[in-house]
Amino acid sequence: MDRNTLHRFLYDMLLARTFEERAAQEYSEGNIAGFLHLYPGEEAVAVGVIHAVEPSDYLVTTYREHVHALVRGMPPRQVMTELFGRRDGICKGMGGSMHLFDRERRFMGGYAIVGETFPVATGIGYSIALRRLPEAAICFFGDGAVNQGSFHEALNMAALWKLPVLFVCENNHYQIGTEIHRHSAVVDVYKRACAYNIPAEKLDGMDVINVYNSTRHALAQIRAGNGPQLLEFETYRFRGHSMADPGSYRPRSEVSAYAERDPLKTVIREAEFGYPTSEEIAAAGPDVIAQLINHPSAIDHFDEQHIERIKQEVEAVVDDAVQFAQQSPQPTMDDAWASLYCNRRHETLIGESSHD
Amino acid sequence: MTEQLLLWQALNRALDIEMARDESVFILGEDVGLYGGSYRVSEGLHAKYGEWRVRDTPISEGGFTGLGVGAALTGMRPVVEIMTVNFALLALDAIINMAAKIPFMSGGQFPMPLVVRMPGGVAKQLAAQHSQRLEHTLMNVPGLRIVVPATPQDAYWQLRQAIASDEPIIVLEHELLYFDKGQLNLTAEPPPIHQAAIRRSGTDLTIISYSRMANLAVSAAEELDGHGIQAEVIDLRSLNPIDWETCVTSLKKNHRLLVVEEDCLFTGAGAEIAATLSQRCFFDLDAAPVRIAGLDMPTPFNRELEAASIPQTGDIVHAARQLAGQNKRV
Repeated sequence: MDRNTLHRFLYDMLLARTFEERAAQEYSEGNIAGFLHLYPGEEAVAVGVIHAVEPSDYLVTTYREHVHALVRGMPPRQVMTELFGRRDGICKGMGGSMHLFDRERRFMGGYAIVGETFPVATGIGYSIALRRLPEAAICFFGDGAVNQGSFHEALNMAALWKLPVLFVCENNHYQIGTEIHRHSAVVDVYKRACAYNIPAEKLDGMDVINVYNSTRHALAQIRAGNGPQLLEFETYRFRGHSMADPGSYRPRSEVSAYAERDPLKTVIREAEFGYPTSEEIAAAGPDVIAQLINHPSAIDHFDEQHIERIKQEVEAVVDDAVQFAQQSPQPTMDDAWASLYCNRRHETLIGESSHD
Repeated sequence: MTEQLLLWQALNRALDIEMARDESVFILGEDVGLYGGSYRVSEGLHAKYGEWRVRDTPISEGGFTGLGVGAALTGMRPVVEIMTVNFALLALDAIINMAAKIPFMSGGQFPMPLVVRMPGGVAKQLAAQHSQRLEHTLMNVPGLRIVVPATPQDAYWQLRQAIASDEPIIVLEHELLYFDKGQLNLTAEPPPIHQAAIRRSGTDLTIISYSRMANLAVSAAEELDGHGIQAEVIDLRSLNPIDWETCVTSLKKNHRLLVVEEDCLFTGAGAEIAATLSQRCFFDLDAAPVRIAGLDMPTPFNRELEAASIPQTGDIVHAARQLAGQNKRV
């Protein structure tokens, strides 16, 4: 692991955490409305996976996808502005938090209906295979999605036709408020892939380097023409399902265990007063940032000033994004009609009533 | 250049021409490949274009229609065949939640050149599940286009136009029309995909219909001629958008409206047609619009009850004569 890659991981994870916490604050202040699903706790998955993919690969994500968009390179201004529902958002305010799309970056959408990413990614995989291109489709989904029929239909087709699809399970153990033992007869998601002869692994999703390396390995298999792969990353979301959810269904012991072990908070708090010693970081436990800093290959790569600089940098980026969003105009109804009829080309429509 | 072809052959010809013209066109669905399609529409294409472009799928309507959505996002032009329209209920997530909404939700970034063909309607004693229509549901989805060809020529034109379009288009085919024969002009310039056709001109009343019922309306108009009534028959050809101008022009001339559809009366396409034209032509109408439609019941299996559950030519004639003042209203 080279220093540059590690730097980019750390930058993206700190940006992710800062962006999401700021989004929560803007939501509380009434600047963001609707459903807002946040990613703190799960950052290592999006960061590790997306750093391992090529720009020519396609990403299909769920409604908890701000961080995926940012890591893919979508400008934070355009992401935040979309959350605000304003005209300069990446989707002109037509999609919002749950529906980020960026054609240029092959970011094929956030989908608000659980289980929709499977057929979309499979279709992208089909078109790649049909055209014999060296690309892949990355399909994100949560543990709650594997009980939808679309999971099984897509895995069957992807395996049957050896499509270049990487299925990435972000297993945070909860489908909204229902813990995995209460929603799944088999709680090891990766085992379900066996039914379709798809190679699959369960991995620690809190360790970004581990996520990155396993993704690289799986993608190499896919690009060698061996068909789809499935990776199950175990992770945890620190917040409720959405801003409307206080998460009170989770056992206090579980929450407090994670809260105590939230080394990101520890690291950031410590960083404000001085970089923690390696003993302090070691004691902080297995959260994402701490693991990164504490990783054998990371030792000596980052110092207090370095972390502090990144932290200030991402805060400035997020401040700028919020400011940009606040100043962006509201989209007009003409913008909405233009989005709806974006594919109508030159065809003249006679007598359409909707414009009357 | 004209040829006498059956409607399924016209569709087959349209697929063949578009697949030869554009490599991004591919077909997928249950038994569309080796088997040739349950109504023979894709016959011969698997041998000609290979399995990647004519893909036999598992029985996973939601999955393979969604696959079509994903492929369309990358610029492919998938033509999904849903074996019969009732199976499409399993694919409505892909059609309504994805295909119709992605171009909009993305702020206009993505094309959605997806075609979904689905045979439907009341055929020959296929019972309630296999004998239904879905236009009432699909028409209420902004972002979807729906075409309803009634003749081999329209089937050929509209399928080709649908494949070439970047919008998601549903082709509602009628199972009883596949073996209808008609003249097919392969070289004529087609009208716009959504433009209504005046299948018969008349001055006494206007009958608006679509799909198989438009053909029945033409037969009824011929019969009405014997009663001294000149009915104008408009075949809508497209249910979203609807070519209102053609309808309004006809009503301003004829002042009486009869809407005929096979779908159930309650909240069917006819309700939208009658409501919109009542508003737009209120001062031109000499009588309240009349709607005839399928009964509000699942289609009975019994042959006679089945026939009685949807409009027949005689029903159209009867309603038209009443509307024209020849019979007493019941």
